[in-house]
Amino acid sequence: MAVVFERPKSLVDIPTHYCPGCTHGIVHRILCEVIDEMGIEGDTIGVCPVGCSVMAYDYFSCDMIEAAHGRAPAVATGVKRTNPDKFVFTYQGDGDLAAIGTAETVHAATRGENIVVIFINNTIYGMTGGQMAPTTIPGQVTQTTPFGRDPQLAGFPVRVCEMLSTLTGTALAQRVAVDSVPHIREAKKAIRKAFENQKAGRGFSIVEVLSTCPTNWGLAPLDAIKRLQDEMIPYYPLGVYKDVEAGVFENVQGGNE
Amino acid sequence: MERNLMKGNEALAEAAIRAGCKCFFGYPITPQTELAAYMAKRMHKAGGVFLQAESEVAAINMVLGAASTGVRAMTSSSSPGISLKSEGVSYIAGSDLPAVIINVERGGPGLGGIQPSQADYWQATKALGHGDFQLLVYAPASVQEMVDCVVKAFDRADKYRMPAMILADGLLGQMMEPVSFPEINPDAYDKSGWATTGHKNQREHHIVNSLYLQPDQLEKSIVDRFKKYEIIKETETDAELYLTEDCDILLCAFGATARVVKSAVNSAREQGIKAGLFRPKTLWPFPVKEINEAAKTAKCLLSVEMSMGQMVDDIKLAINCSKPVHFYGRTGGVIPTPVEVLEEIKKLGGAK
Repeated sequence: MAVVFERPKSLVDIPTHYCPGCTHGIVHRILCEVIDEMGIEGDTIGVCPVGCSVMAYDYFSCDMIEAAHGRAPAVATGVKRTNPDKFVFTYQGDGDLAAIGTAETVHAATRGENIVVIFINNTIYGMTGGQMAPTTIPGQVTQTTPFGRDPQLAGFPVRVCEMLSTLTGTALAQRVAVDSVPHIREAKKAIRKAFENQKAGRGFSIVEVLSTCPTNWGLAPLDAIKRLQDEMIPYYPLGVYKDVEAGVFENVQGGNE
Repeated sequence: MERNLMKGNEALAEAAIRAGCKCFFGYPITPQTELAAYMAKRMHKAGGVFLQAESEVAAINMVLGAASTGVRAMTSSSSPGISLKSEGVSYIAGSDLPAVIINVERGGPGLGGIQPSQADYWQATKALGHGDFQLLVYAPASVQEMVDCVVKAFDRADKYRMPAMILADGLLGQMMEPVSFPEINPDAYDKSGWATTGHKNQREHHIVNSLYLQPDQLEKSIVDRFKKYEIIKETETDAELYLTEDCDILLCAFGATARVVKSAVNSAREQGIKAGLFRPKTLWPFPVKEINEAAKTAKCLLSVEMSMGQMVDDIKLAINCSKPVHFYGRTGGVIPTPVEVLEEIKKLGGAK
């Protein structure tokens, strides 16, 4: 019988520690499909964050490095600068990338560091049990915003793709989601584009993936998908914010306030 | 051998390149800036990478990334910057990676000052970052020794897969002295068993990591590392013993301070005082055997430091408080003079 669907080779065949309904699994899978399709597993070095995906080094079968919280882009810079012929990616959450690691993110982008950044935005700190993230939406209840995020007290969220698209060194800044089959296909295409950019030496590519956290949102997996669609996408519009290859420098309308 | 007149900071950089350092990541800070500037000029020609990072934090993590791929990597800074690097150094140690870190010390705490200091002794030897770990700490006292230390630091870092630090100070970094560069053949250590260079579909994937969620696994990794530290304590200590065979008073000093103290020891000898000098060249591991040898005839010891007294603790431990250990120091960027040190020697009854 012909095999029509199987686990990507570069995704290790072991159980993950992710919660039921978490979308990390989808993103891991499409990232590994891209690595397989490009045939680059043996030449790829990945860098994990601190956060829910801290142990992703066990799931990706390429060489992996576990970085300190927020420092993955700096670690990736050290790897790429000394191994320019290798593919280097980071996989980071919102707290890691847009709070404690903002400086590392912004400067890797503005240097045009020739790496791929996969950015998981689920508007919450998952691993530590559901605190406010830099991307938590105004009004959103978390452990540290028990009455809902009040921008007067807790400030406003960071829109990462919008911010990074202003930097000359950014080659690609695209926001995708993994809430539906068409969106997942779109997400995979964006990740492929990011790796192709690295291959062509175009510079810093970031793919922001709107994701769910059913456990810390206190929602069933399907309700979590619905929240992503109803609350997150309006605030964080999907689309290409910058794509130097395609000549796109901002074609997305601003999100809700 | 050809001798050149060089500034300490520049000699550190040149020695690193000759020792096979392939990348330097740094951030400007006085009084080590010439080191980075020299690297910026020379590194590209030497076929390596120079990158000015956005912060000390980023620089040390770039070192971690490069070191993960088996490349000889280095960063340098001065005291406040080293505090920022401490997180990364802990991760480097916890991931068993080789790297060289240079601290051209200045006065602290806080922003402190920009004049020479040795007040980071505790930080370097006891607690450069969180967790149970050590790093090799070398304390050169001349520009030539800085060169020799850098070569050794890269070698030992690779040999033991751990971070190594050169603990210098603003005085050594800024002063010019004649220096020669020995013929260096960096020992090739095989890193193919752990480096993350891409597995080429020919081996299992390598993981560079310091996370162990199971306490027994974390404990084992630390205990194994400490077994290595025991070997290092046995084999890697180094010290200079000067006029110690018959000394009544043993002065102890490292780095630039040791040169001031040596002058004071010579003056004391001229006045008939039997003074000697113990100068550790490795601060971790501390030369315990060597100081006990040096202190054999001494009635008391005097530690002289550019701080409020930090190494003095290790001296008391090393001799098991078997003799009185005194302290004299200047801090905040003030350098003790030979006259001041001689006065202290006399105060301690060395005139008899």
